[in-house]
This record gives sequence, C-alpha cells and structure tokens, in this order.
Amino acid sequence: MTGQAPVLDIRAVAKVYGEGETAVHALRGVSLRVEQGDYVAIMGASGSGKSTLMNIIGCLDVPSSGSYLLDGTNVGVLDEVRLAIVRNRKIGFVFQSFNLIPRMSALANVELPLAYGGVKAAERRRRALAALDQVGLAQRVGHQPNELSGGQQQRVALARALVTAPTLLLADEPTGALDSKSSDDVMRIFDGLSADGRTIVLITHEDDVAAHAKRVIRLMDGEVVEDARRSPVGGLPPRLAEVTT
Amino acid sequence: MNPFEVLRFALRGLAANKLRSTLTTLGILIGVAAVILLVAVGEGSSQQIQQNIQRLGANSLTISPSTSGGGGGGGGGGGGFARLLGGGGGGRQQGSGPRTQAKNLTVEDARALADPSGAPSVKSVSPVVTAQSQTATYEGASHVIPQLVGTYPSYFETSNKPVVKGTYFYNDDVMAARKVVVIGNTVAEDLFGAVDPVGKQIVVSGVPFTVVGVLKEAGSSGFQDADDVAIAPLPAVQQSLTGFGPLGQILVQAKSAEAVDSAQAEVTDILNQRHGITGTATADFRILNQATLQETVSAATGTFTVLLGAVAAISLLVGGIGITNIMLVTVTERTREIGIRKAIGAPRGAILGQFLVEATVLSLVGGLLGVLIAVIGAQFTIAGVKPVLVPLSIVLALAVSVVIGLFFGSYPANRAAKLRPIEALRFE
Ligand SMILES: Nc1ncnc2c1ncn2[C@@H]1O[C@H](COP(=O)(O)OP(=O)(O)OP(=O)(O)O)[C@@H](O)[C@H]1O
Ligand SMILES: [Mg+2]
Repeated sequence: MTGQAPVLDIRAVAKVYGEGETAVHALRGVSLRVEQGDYVAIMGASGSGKSTLMNIIGCLDVPSSGSYLLDGTNVGVLDEVRLAIVRNRKIGFVFQSFNLIPRMSALANVELPLAYGGVKAAERRRRALAALDQVGLAQRVGHQPNELSGGQQQRVALARALVTAPTLLLADEPTGALDSKSSDDVMRIFDGLSADGRTIVLITHEDDVAAHAKRVIRLMDGEVVEDARRSPVGGLPPRLAEVTT
Repeated sequence: MNPFEVLRFALRGLAANKLRSTLTTLGILIGVAAVILLVAVGEGSSQQIQQNIQRLGANSLTISPSTSGGGGGGGGGGGGFARLLGGGGGGRQQGSGPRTQAKNLTVEDARALADPSGAPSVKSVSPVVTAQSQTATYEGASHVIPQLVGTYPSYFETSNKPVVKGTYFYNDDVMAARKVVVIGNTVAEDLFGAVDPVGKQIVVSGVPFTVVGVLKEAGSSGFQDADDVAIAPLPAVQQSLTGFGPLGQILVQAKSAEAVDSAQAEVTDILNQRHGITGTATADFRILNQATLQETVSAATGTFTVLLGAVAAISLLVGGIGITNIMLVTVTERTREIGIRKAIGAPRGAILGQFLVEATVLSLVGGLLGVLIAVIGAQFTIAGVKPVLVPLSIVLALAVSVVIGLFFGSYPANRAAKLRPIEALRFE
C-alpha cells in the first residue's frame, strides 16, 4: 500500500432491481474513490440512483455486481456478523427521515450504537453526552424523539452517527426535511467534522448544501456524469475557508 | 452486547406496549393456572374417592342383595338372632322356593360364611341391618341419625371404625340383645355437646339405648358425614327398630390382603350353594371387593384427571399461539426499528435475543403468575372437592409456558433478525 488506501473504493458497481421486463437498472457501473478527509456531495435528478449508491456504501444493501472496498477491506465477502461490526464501527449513517427509535430518549438513541459495539455503560454515557454536546443538544438529552423539532431530531441522528468515531460519515439528504435555519445548523456541524478530518459523503438536491463540499459528483441514470473538485482534500471545507480568510 | 443489555432492551420493548403485553401474559396465565388447578381438582377428587373406599375397611368384602333379583324369598330365620356365629351348626335352610326366586341375605348365610371349614380365608363375618333416619333424643336435645347400624362387634374392625371413648359392645351384648350403642362424633356433639356421652341413655324412636362408646372422628367425605352414625348390637336393632327381616349387608373380612380374592371365591361358592344358584343363573347377591373397587375407581379417576389436564393443555396452547401472534405483530410493527438497529450495527444475535427474551419474559411472567393464582385457588374448595396440587403439573406447566415462549417467539424473532437492513428500513 502506498501511503493510505482510499476510505472508499468502488469498482464498477451496478444495481438492478427486479428482473426481466420490469428490471430497473438503478446503477450502471459506478466507480468511485474517496480519500481520507474528503467531503463529497452527490447530486442528481430524482431516480438517478443516489440513494441506491449510498445504501451500498453504507452496507445496508448489496450490489448486483462490482466490488466495494471500505478502508481497504472487501466488504462484499464479509459474513453477516462482520458486516454488523463494519456498520457499527466504520460507518455513521444519517437518514433524511431521521430514523430515531421512538420512545427512547435522545441519550439512549445516541448510546445505542455503542451498546451494540460492546462499550461499557459509563464510557458509553460519557461519549454519548460528548456527541450530543458537539451537535449543540446538551440541554435536550432526556427528550424523546417526538418531543424534539425536526432539526433537533436530525442533530440527535447526527450525534448517533458520529458517536462511534466512524471512518466514514454518510448522509442521505440530511437537510431534505429541514427548513433553511435548521439546514444551516446541520451543515455547520458537517463542516466542523470535515475540518476535524472526518470523511463525509452526503446526498443533496440543493446547490446551497453542495457548496459546503470539497467535491461534487453528479449522477444521471445510474452513471457518474460529472466529478468536480471545489477545494483540496487536505484543506478546510469551502465555507469554513471563506469565513477564516 | 451482554445478556443484561439484551434483557434491558427486551423489557423496554415490552413496556412500550403495556396493554398488549398484559393481554398476552393473561393468555398464558389462564392456561397455566387452568392446567395446574384442573389437575389439582382431578387429583383431589381422586384422593377423596380413594379415601371413601378405604373407609369401607381394609381387606373387606361387602355382600349386599342384588337388586336385579326377584322379591323377598325365604327371609325368615328368626330363631337365629340370639345365637352367635361361633355357635356353629344352626339349622341349614336349603332353598325351598323356586330357583329363579331371589333370596335375601340372612343371619344363617352369615353363619355359613363364618364356618372355617367352608371359608378358610375368612377372618370374621358381620351381618348388618341399617335403620335409616332414626330420631335420637337426650334430655331435650334431638338429632336425626341417618344411619343406625345393627351388627356384631367384628364390624368395628372390618369397617375400620375404632372407638376413642368408652368401649365397643361385646358378643355378650349381642346375645343378650342389650340396648347399647356406640355413636359417631357428630351424633355425640349434637346430643351431648361438651358432656361425656359414655354411660348416658339416649332414646331412639322411643327405645332407650345406653351409650357405651364414641367412634373416632373420620371426617366428612364430601358426600356424606361418616361421623353421623350409630352402631348397636344386631338383635337389639332388629327387635326395636327394623324387625327381623332380611339383612342389609354382610361384611366379611379376609385374613390378609392376599386372602381377599380367595375369600371372595369361597364366599361366592357358599352363597351360590345356599341360594341354589347354579350354572348360568344370575346371583341374587353382589360382592363388593374393596381392593378391586379401588383399582377400578383409581383407573377411572386417572382418566378423568388426564381429561381435565388435556382440556387445560389446550388452553395453554392457545395462549402460546397468542404469543406467536403478538410477537408477529410486534415484529411487523417494529420492522423499521429493526432496520434502524441493524443500520447502526446491531448484530443478528442481539435482535434475535431481544425478541426471544421479550417472548420468554411474557410467557415466564404469565406462567409464574398462573402458578401463583393456581396455588391460591387450590386453597379453596372447588365444586365440593379440595384440590390437591400435583408438583409435577406445576413444573410441567411452567416449563411448557417457557418453551412455548421460546418456540413460538423464535419464528418471528428469527424473521426479524434475518431481514436485510435496507428491506427493514423500506418496510411500510
Ligand atoms: N427497492 C426497489 N425496488 C425496485 N426499484 C427500486 C427500488 N429502490 C429504488 N428503485 C429504483 O431505482 C432507481 C433509483 O432509485 P434511488 O432511490 O437510488 O433514487 P434517488 O437518486 O435516491 O432519488 P431521490 O432523489 O428521489 O431520492 C429509481 O428508478 C427507483 O425507482
Ligand atoms: Mg434518494
């Protein structure tokens, strides 16, 4: 290995839903490398295969063909037990619809990945509280999801995704259900994480949101049609760079 | 994920839907309680019947006239009343009537049975007459004795009725037709209260009897009060109350438990001969063998208990299906949640464990509460029967309820754990 293996190395990944006449080719051979510390926005029309790609990257779904290396490991050959560990340790996933577990406090939701990862209760609590503090929700730890606003719920979800310090932070339209104020809050957190060196891949429809990323990839009909770098991998994300200069 | 964590998740899952959890628990509770309680009632009634049979006395044969026979034939035989069986050869009355005519049991029959040469297995023979519903009075107190028995002293041993206060009556009393009586505990309490009845004189249907003893308490048997009796010498009862008609019963005691069957054979032979019953003619008497009766009845009550248990087991099964149903609904309803949990890295074992533990906790709590309720319920008399808890039924019902939880819970739990995260997340 020369230097560092890319965090994400996707090779000719295709995904076909259904078969025969009704088969839908959601991805038609996508290849993509994402280096450590990159901040990638994936854009594209509705139905272009963004979510499909994201679910495969997040190990929630399996590709029909092609291979996928996460942190140098071929994920396609892992069994269910190892996959669970990969999802737990290496990936943090943020959904458009928050996907918090109902009737569990914000703290318990954030602790959950640590619990599945076998972290001891005291340590778990400490890290969960730190993560909630990082997203600015230290005052709301005892609230259940239905007692929180959409923006707050998404921030809890973000805390849950980053509490395990994953190699890769994935977000499928994280601001899709939020107003512009909440969107800004959430994106500011992503920017901060990127500045700390975390690798982030997010999907968005909004140019405003994409403007936060260092690199923008455009999908169309299951293929990559554009791959534009806005700022270097090693540097600060564009918006933070603007503020500081 | 340690087991404690899994348990915590499971309990939280159950608490999230209290009503549903309660109803499911109720299903199992009723099933388990029904199994234990019904088996206990079955066992209780079975033991009660056994006890009643044992009251007939050990190694005893009860001979009574067969109701299928014709009307009263050569009853008579009055002269024999004052003579005791040991006196030997009284005039043998061979059947003088037509063979088809049923004969009653007589004192002569009893005497013949007591002959050691004809019936070597027989230890003692007690002829019995019974006067029903006799009113006894003592100094203004009055009590109706449902059964006043006239018999010989051997009756006390054969029918297992020991005396605790005073004495039995003796052969002398029988020969002299003395008006003495041994009374049961209920009679003693009703007539005398706290006063010692021994030596006092009671009046039974206008005839004075002297109380010589009180029987040991036998306890109520559910159907009748075994202590509500009085026992007097045979001739005294015949003279004053029943008249010198046929005997109600003859009670035979065999020499030992092993000799009961041979005694029955000897008794049958002698009575067949005396009553002129040959070949295919039906006997005009009936012999009740305590041992065979016990066997028959315990077989019958055993079947009864099994039947009750089976009915209850079905309700337990229904409770189990209830658990499956609830777990299926729970899993379906929480598919998205399962998807989320898997997406953040829940291993299959943790998901499987959570739902299995949920199902097991439901059934175990239901089972334990069921045991508790059954144990409480068994303290009461149900339908005249005092239930007797069978420990095995408790263990079995509890074990079955847990197995049901595991078994019926594992299908939905497995289904949940096997889902691919994206399938679970997309589930509507
Ligand atoms: N489970 C499925 N079964 C069949 N077809 C599917 C399934 N999921 C997605 N598709 C199809 O695959 C294609 C890509 O879907 P995908 O969800 O990746 O789009 P997207 O780019 O995320 O769109 P949007 O911006 O609206 O979220 C679509 O044509 C969709 O209809
Ligand atoms: Mg999508």
